[in-house]
Amino acid sequence: MIHTSHLVKQFGSFKAVDEINLEIGRGEIFGFLGANGAGKTTTIRMLSGLLKPSSGEIRIDDLDIVRHSEQIKHKLGYMSQKFSLYPDLKAVENLQFYAGIYRVPFEPALKRLEPLLEQFGLSSILNTLTQDLPMGYKQRLSLVAALMHDPPLVFLDEPTSGVDPQARREFWQVINDLANLGKTIIVSTHFMDEAEYCHRVIIMQDGREVALGNPAELKTKHGSANMQELFLKVLGVSDAKL
Amino acid sequence: MPSFSRIRAIAEKEVFHILRDSRTLAIIFLMPLLQLIIFGYAMNMEIRQVPLLVDDLAMNSSSRALVSAFVNTDYFVLIAKEAGTLKPDELFRERRAQATLTIPKDFGAFQHRVLLRIDASDPNSAQMIQNYALGIVNSTGVRTEAGIDLRAQILYNPDLKSSFFFVPGLIALILVMVCALLTSISISREKEMGTMEQILVSPVSATEILFGKVIPYLILGLLDALIILAVGMLLFQVPFRGDFSVFLLFTFLYVLTSLCLGLLVSTVAKTQQAAMMMALGLTLLPTLLLSGYMFPITSMPVILQKLTYIIPARYYLQIIRGIMLKGNNIAQLYQAGLSLLSMSVLMLIVAARRFKLRLS
Repeated sequence: MIHTSHLVKQFGSFKAVDEINLEIGRGEIFGFLGANGAGKTTTIRMLSGLLKPSSGEIRIDDLDIVRHSEQIKHKLGYMSQKFSLYPDLKAVENLQFYAGIYRVPFEPALKRLEPLLEQFGLSSILNTLTQDLPMGYKQRLSLVAALMHDPPLVFLDEPTSGVDPQARREFWQVINDLANLGKTIIVSTHFMDEAEYCHRVIIMQDGREVALGNPAELKTKHGSANMQELFLKVLGVSDAKL
Repeated sequence: MPSFSRIRAIAEKEVFHILRDSRTLAIIFLMPLLQLIIFGYAMNMEIRQVPLLVDDLAMNSSSRALVSAFVNTDYFVLIAKEAGTLKPDELFRERRAQATLTIPKDFGAFQHRVLLRIDASDPNSAQMIQNYALGIVNSTGVRTEAGIDLRAQILYNPDLKSSFFFVPGLIALILVMVCALLTSISISREKEMGTMEQILVSPVSATEILFGKVIPYLILGLLDALIILAVGMLLFQVPFRGDFSVFLLFTFLYVLTSLCLGLLVSTVAKTQQAAMMMALGLTLLPTLLLSGYMFPITSMPVILQKLTYIIPARYYLQIIRGIMLKGNNIAQLYQAGLSLLSMSVLMLIVAARRFKLRLS
């Protein structure tokens, strides 16, 4: 689904992303882990076509992201780190807008997503102004908006920041369901416990890959009891330092 | 190919923003009215009720006829005679009079000279006082020294009302400010809120975004123009001698140009604040100073004259004054209209280019 080779993003003399090579398959939940400024968001922004790579290659479904950006844009859904629905629009109007800009008929799309709206408890608040919704609802609504055009590839940039643990668990349940439907999910997070939900993760530091693989396998390999420990270990931070 | 349905989705969303945001509504409806009223009354270049001291040494029928000719206009008021003990100098310094009229003893018999002293600390007013006074003196039939009898015929604005000059100008000024302001914040707001990113990952093209943003404001801008026109005519009794459809056509072009200017600003500015400042800076002063609104373009230095060619209001002023005061038709205005159209197209292209540039 996604292939990158020698992916580099340079801002002036600062290398935000340095030689990232990835191969992500269909239906995979792939996680980006790392501290703030490690290059997670920059990588995701490049993969979703928001930033142009300084060098290297990105192919999505065997299409080059620069040359076939139009085709690729129809295939991907994106939920940004910053909540980005229109606060002065009703929930349903936001959904309508996203259906509109992807040229998807609204009613069928809404019907398709009805089980999800139900599961998220959003069906009853569709006519509420988005600004009046609690954070957890807004974030779930963002995900639904990103799914209006039924994209095979979904990017979630720190989707659960600012959300309570219970809501985070429900959210991950839905992400899991989406992957089971064959959607590829790219997610970045700084919650280590969430990394356990991913099929594979990449741990980044200073724009470079420091570990890549299945969470369970990585833990065994590095002899760590949990992701938190693993994370600190591969980053070279000793417990004593904490 | 731009897709109509995407443009419509963006335009519809924009309408929701407009209807629910009191700030936008205020910019659209309240700001123009306030500006019209404030500018319209404050920018009055006419002079009324100039305090005049008359020192009539003749006290005969001729001198009385002359004095009453002054008093019978709205331009001058006599100040009390007691003040006559003061010298003109002191009167002016104490701002009790702005002009004095001295009529010599033998006036009417063999003297035809009268002396008018004017306080020229404000040269514009002094100039106007002089003109008024000359006009009054001429109308009494008292011959002037030079012996040339010049009668000017004044067309389109026989009373030389400055409102005839300013109200069309205000329509031009207010429209460009409001329209540029509206589109400039409509895009920078999305940048600030982070919603622009969500649009940029979608297949929407720069052209579609720009069209979707311009169309609702185009309608609002025209509506605004009608409101300003109506209120301006009502408050200041400015005539409308031309054809209404011609007005609509050319105002449409001007609104479009102004909106495109705002779009261009919004591709440069990063925040709403910056966009507002830039939109105001690019419209308010240039329009006031360089469009011919206040100062005639022909009396500017050559470099400034060249600069006026990039001020949209320069063209629209020709158009609106032409339509309202002279009843101009399309054939007489098409050049100015074409200039506006080409400016809009140019700015739209540059805006779309800059927009695409931001993606990479």
